[in-house]
Amino acid sequence: MNFNRKDLLGIESLSREEILFILETAKSFREVIDRPIKKVPTLRGKTVVNLFFESSTRTRMSFELAEKRLSADILNFSVSTSSSTKGETLLDTARNILAMKVDCFVLRHSTPGTPHLLAKELPVSIINAGDGAHEHPTQALLDLYTIREKKGKIEGLKIVIVGDISHSRVARSNIWGMCKLGAKVRVCGPPTLIPPLIEKMGVEVFYSLEDALTGADIVMMLRIQKERQNEGFLPSNSEYIDFFSLNEEKLNLAQPDVLVMHPGPVNRGVELPARIADGEKSIILDQVTNGVAVRMAVLYILLAKR
Amino acid sequence: MPEGLLIKGGRVLDPASNLDEICDVFIKEGKVRKIARNINLSYSELIDASDKIVIPGLIDMHVHLREPGREDEETIESGSRAAARGGFTTVCCMPNTDPPIDDPSLVKFIYEQAKNKGAVEILPIATISRRREGKELSPMGRLKKAGAIAFSDDGSWVTNSALMRRALEYVKMLNLPIISHCEDESLSAEGVMNEGYFSTVNGLAGIPREAEEVAIFRDLALAKMTDSSLHLAHVSTANSVRLIKKAKNMGIKVTAEVTPHHLTISDEGVTDFNTNTKVNPPFRGKEDIELLKESLRDNTIDVIATDHAPHTVEEKEKDYEEAPFGIIGLETALSLVLREVVEKKILSLMQAIAKLTVNPARILGIDRGEIREGVKANITIFDPGKVWLVREEEFLSQSSNSPFLGWKLPGKVEWTIIGGKVVYRSEK
Repeated sequence: MNFNRKDLLGIESLSREEILFILETAKSFREVIDRPIKKVPTLRGKTVVNLFFESSTRTRMSFELAEKRLSADILNFSVSTSSSTKGETLLDTARNILAMKVDCFVLRHSTPGTPHLLAKELPVSIINAGDGAHEHPTQALLDLYTIREKKGKIEGLKIVIVGDISHSRVARSNIWGMCKLGAKVRVCGPPTLIPPLIEKMGVEVFYSLEDALTGADIVMMLRIQKERQNEGFLPSNSEYIDFFSLNEEKLNLAQPDVLVMHPGPVNRGVELPARIADGEKSIILDQVTNGVAVRMAVLYILLAKR
Repeated sequence: MPEGLLIKGGRVLDPASNLDEICDVFIKEGKVRKIARNINLSYSELIDASDKIVIPGLIDMHVHLREPGREDEETIESGSRAAARGGFTTVCCMPNTDPPIDDPSLVKFIYEQAKNKGAVEILPIATISRRREGKELSPMGRLKKAGAIAFSDDGSWVTNSALMRRALEYVKMLNLPIISHCEDESLSAEGVMNEGYFSTVNGLAGIPREAEEVAIFRDLALAKMTDSSLHLAHVSTANSVRLIKKAKNMGIKVTAEVTPHHLTISDEGVTDFNTNTKVNPPFRGKEDIELLKESLRDNTIDVIATDHAPHTVEEKEKDYEEAPFGIIGLETALSLVLREVVEKKILSLMQAIAKLTVNPARILGIDRGEIREGVKANITIFDPGKVWLVREEEFLSQSSNSPFLGWKLPGKVEWTIIGGKVVYRSEK
């Protein structure tokens, strides 16, 4: 398998083989992070810049750990508000950092297409760490990795993604990846938070959580932002909880061995109660652990040969 | 000393008189004097137009020249030079400048700049409302006296229905059209591309077709109520076309335009996040393009206009949400029409040229858009056989925000002539 890409921008453009190649590569790094000495010299002498224009705890720490465990040098650039307030454009910021001779940018930005903009203009590797509601490819890869680890396969599984599909990059990247690997994907949420024609991506749409959960092997709850109420998408957050919050009764409609996922951070008591988040069906923390291994694999594949 | 310009041996095409013949055109003292085969008069200047097509100078009733206020994007001088390169001899500039054209002195300023620096004829459109705020009527009568050719709050829809009603009523005594930019901004909101499958995939906020259609429906109702003339700018959706067709059948005095770019690119073209595809109204679906083309054939849509909207590289280098809407169009319009409308056999060349000449002239009530003995000699000559590459450095517009960069397009304007004077000549 030849992975001949400079960048990882999204799952949409990846082939099934490329996805499986990353997941297989991640297995050997998963083993590394359980060692007492969790560090390999693979990326010694390479410099990775974490360029985060949106607040992030989990993803940034996960990338940072992955980079450290591969022995890369790291630069962190975080601004909660866009640096364009200072008059500098994203491209200009990146060009300036590039002039200091770095090898890779990990970009998190609130606008779709920003990693693509950098990828087109810059000769170094760009990893999309989330661009608006567009894609979050490493999240999908770690989710796929975790499902494979727990279920042994993805093909044929019934996977339900619940919540604010419209604004979710996690949903989009996962839909592409899960469909390419042969899962039956259902999305579920209020119609105001289901984007138009999403069926064409290969999913089935449900407005009833009960119907969506029936017979499910995996249920992935998405974070709901409090702002959606003020923006007019929902009558109230409490009404959302009435209809789309997970509980044991609803979960009983799924397969007995159903597993519960969440990309985090969890609004406990909103998407799901603490009992389920911390319960035996939850694999939320496994997702977090595997995230480091998957990101090590992505960095290794993109950078080791360059 | 002989005088006059002789255009020899071209295929002369004039939609108004339905002329389509290989013949000569003789111009003297700024006017067309004779159209005939083998004219044998003495001349001071000769254009060999063999294998070329000689048409009335093109008219664009929808351009943004950005002056006053955004001279970094375009000026009357640079915009009119771009127009000349595109074969346009008359352009109407939209009033959403800074300040907006809502006062007779500003209309005069544009005429003054056009006289001193303009390469083509420039006719200013003035605002419907003062400061373009949609609250009170601009001094329309005085604006007309100063030379305004139409009224529009282009860039914004007049959301106040009562004000729009009064505007449509008031212009009846002025005999000038109201041009409406139909967009319900509560529906388009934060949208940056057409709402549909591709906005879903891109994770970008969508502009639904209904933002346009809701607005068109109201404006058609008000045009009917007032029995006044309404022209709809940049129509982009299939259902808009259906509404306009119905309105025309009902006898409502409505005319409409479509841009060359909306006939060419669909929303699938936005998938690479190129900000030169960010335009308002946005590129729609393939089915919309089909019906827009059909509407040219049945004359539901009367005019092709560019909505030439220059923006600097710095503005368009921003991300897709932050970059401004708008693309330039003057220098690619004729070629795109040839490619999408003529070569695809939607319209004959004659019918297509009518949408760019005599039709806008009639809507605007100007004595232009024809090649006829006695009229001002505004003439464009193009080579239908020449394929050219759209290159950034060749644009005469001050901006280069075109989604057609790198495209190979058919048909090259060779000469643009205004009042018998060559204002543009292509290099080879």
